[in-house]
Amino acid sequence: MAIPIKYNIRNMRLRKGLTVMTALGIALTVTTAVFIMALLAGLQKAFRSTGNSLNVLVLRKGSTSELTGPFPAENFQTLKTLPGIAKDKSGDPLVSGEITVVIVLPRKDGSGEANVTVRGLMQDGLQLRETVKLADGRWFTPGQREVVVSNSIRKRFIHANVGDSLEFGKGPWKVVGVFDAGGMAYESEVWGDVNQMTSDFDRQGVYSSAYLRATDPAAADALKHRVSDDQRLKLDSMLEPEYYATQTKSGAVIQFIGWLVAAIMAVGSSFAAMNTMYAAVAYRSREIATLRVIGFSRPSILTSFVLEALLLSFLGAIVGIILMLPFNGMTTGTQNQVTFSEVVFGLQMTPGVVAAAIIFALFMGLFGGIFPAWHASRREILAALRD
Amino acid sequence: MTLTRFVRKNTFRNLRRSILTVLSIGFSLLLLTLMMAIWRNFYMSKATEESALRLVTRHKVSLAFTMPSFYREKIRAIPGVAVVLPQNWFGGVYKDDKSGNFFAQFGTDPDDFFNVYKDWKIPEDQLKAWQHDRAGAVVDSKKAQDYGWKIGQKVIVTGTIFPTNLELTIRGIFTAPRPTNSLYFNQKYVEEAVPYMKGQQGFYTILADSPEAVQKIGPAVDEMFRNSPQPTRTETEAAFQLGFLAMLGNVKAFILSICGAVVFAILLVSANTMAMSIRERTREVAVLKTLGFTRGTVLSLFVGEAVMLALVGGIGGSLVAFLFGMAAGKAGGFAGALQVNGPTMLAAWIVAALVGFISAIIPAYNASRLGIVEGLRHIG
Repeated sequence: MAIPIKYNIRNMRLRKGLTVMTALGIALTVTTAVFIMALLAGLQKAFRSTGNSLNVLVLRKGSTSELTGPFPAENFQTLKTLPGIAKDKSGDPLVSGEITVVIVLPRKDGSGEANVTVRGLMQDGLQLRETVKLADGRWFTPGQREVVVSNSIRKRFIHANVGDSLEFGKGPWKVVGVFDAGGMAYESEVWGDVNQMTSDFDRQGVYSSAYLRATDPAAADALKHRVSDDQRLKLDSMLEPEYYATQTKSGAVIQFIGWLVAAIMAVGSSFAAMNTMYAAVAYRSREIATLRVIGFSRPSILTSFVLEALLLSFLGAIVGIILMLPFNGMTTGTQNQVTFSEVVFGLQMTPGVVAAAIIFALFMGLFGGIFPAWHASRREILAALRD
Repeated sequence: MTLTRFVRKNTFRNLRRSILTVLSIGFSLLLLTLMMAIWRNFYMSKATEESALRLVTRHKVSLAFTMPSFYREKIRAIPGVAVVLPQNWFGGVYKDDKSGNFFAQFGTDPDDFFNVYKDWKIPEDQLKAWQHDRAGAVVDSKKAQDYGWKIGQKVIVTGTIFPTNLELTIRGIFTAPRPTNSLYFNQKYVEEAVPYMKGQQGFYTILADSPEAVQKIGPAVDEMFRNSPQPTRTETEAAFQLGFLAMLGNVKAFILSICGAVVFAILLVSANTMAMSIRERTREVAVLKTLGFTRGTVLSLFVGEAVMLALVGGIGGSLVAFLFGMAAGKAGGFAGALQVNGPTMLAAWIVAALVGFISAIIPAYNASRLGIVEGLRHIG
């Protein structure tokens, strides 16, 4: 017969100080783990959710990112005429030849400078990314030295508000609008007119990349192969989401350091939990013997103490998650290892992160509780009663 | 029995609990020591004498933009400049695009390379061989060891930024004070293969002739090119490297918050243990006081015990961190920042002792104030 769980809860209440301190120790470890998992979840969201699967991205052959290696603008004329491309409002092919460069902007919080991606796009470029919404001001006018910045660029960098001027290339650029990319990788970019940008950065006659909108998924696939297989073009193409998915590896450094820290802290907390459980067993040795005399079996004593340890760690997990809640959605940046510019993302405490944190804590509880529980169940009844 | 002996005996009388506490504190302090080591290596370490003499000039907009080659001569004319070395990031792929095969390749000028990096060692004959072979390369000894590269071996690097592949021959293997994991080749190779790179350079490394000159060179270079189509940004080598670190994110806040969490966690663990052991010994405290020990002695007995436990954990943890740092130091690159030195370990011990002290002071104070009769009546 199992010992009622109420027995454990009442015991934990009896030693409030001990319970609270151990649970807090576990909570701190859980907080660290949640922080790291939420960072990674946010980073993944930034890359995974970027891109429309009808958009075909074209790069120079051998190039791994939009930043590395331009292709001649003549090729773009060929691309425009390919079959399977959707039409824009005015009946022309829905395509955009673009240029991306990395510039350095000073951060608002005084922590130095960061690389930011600047994208020059054609008018159709905006239509190709219909999920990106204007949050403030207006879009840039072709032929003007005007840019729109993303919400998080406005938040994180100096002189990035509507009406300000950003200094890069050959002079100032007027910020005329702010767009909201909803946590996608575009959230870290500055957009302007492609022709203005190419002349400003001395990149006339070339594009960094081209975006083509296919009419349907089958056409997108055909278009992709058509471009990659054309030996004259020397171009490579992929679907837009495929391109951004490869960039998730940017989180590798954070992931490695984060898990190292969490693992070391977890081992430390497990030992602390073990200490508490051994103390709990020692205090109650007569109680345990009494339970045995009444007729509770060794396995039920074992289960009862393991359960108590799990309860303790569960409590810790809940406290840890609550401690992290105020930070949910906080944005931060790291270096995109493909484009070498800053990618901004938010801490995302997804249900998966919360579940993983609870499981993580329960493992700590299990490790900390199993030996003391074993010890408790093996005690000789007579010796324990005589204590 | 002396008081110290009494403290020592008491500390380890519940051996299991003491070991668990020491382990728990030890693991936390291992982490704390590593974090402090990273902090020190990144933000507090003085650059080596040689490195302190070096500056880096890049295009003002970002590293992705090039500057004309004639800047080299112009910079060299600035007073205090000893040598100017052009360098170019090639960013190619070796074998395949796996992170294990990622290393930096730079195109540079073999004639001046080791005049700027005077603290990097290479045999004279290997240097000559590199200077005479336009398709030659020199590589860091750590990298050569990792890949098993020998002198005379062919290495093919596929270009991603530039539409060309490098077919290089290893002509020399150099040793830097800290492993750089990098490969250097003659930039003329790229200039010949990629026409638009002719007369263009990625960044310049400047060697100043004296520490005093370093501060003047930076502003002088930037002022010279201020109104040109390619304005520059010059900073010390150390600042240039910190710039890369800053791109990883808010590293300072990250380290500080981890340190905070760790210190708080060991405080909890230590306080927990002390609360348990003091509670158990309520009757003993009363006996001690009956025997004539003062409040102060009782207090110091318990505080001494806590400090001792925390110190044992702290010393153990920081020693493991030290070994860990030594192993990481051999790997080079960013992992080299995990190297732990004496002052860092001492700081960890001080933190441990302080945490032990703070964790015990309240329960010990309460125990010392306990009335004798009440204490003797206590059922443990």
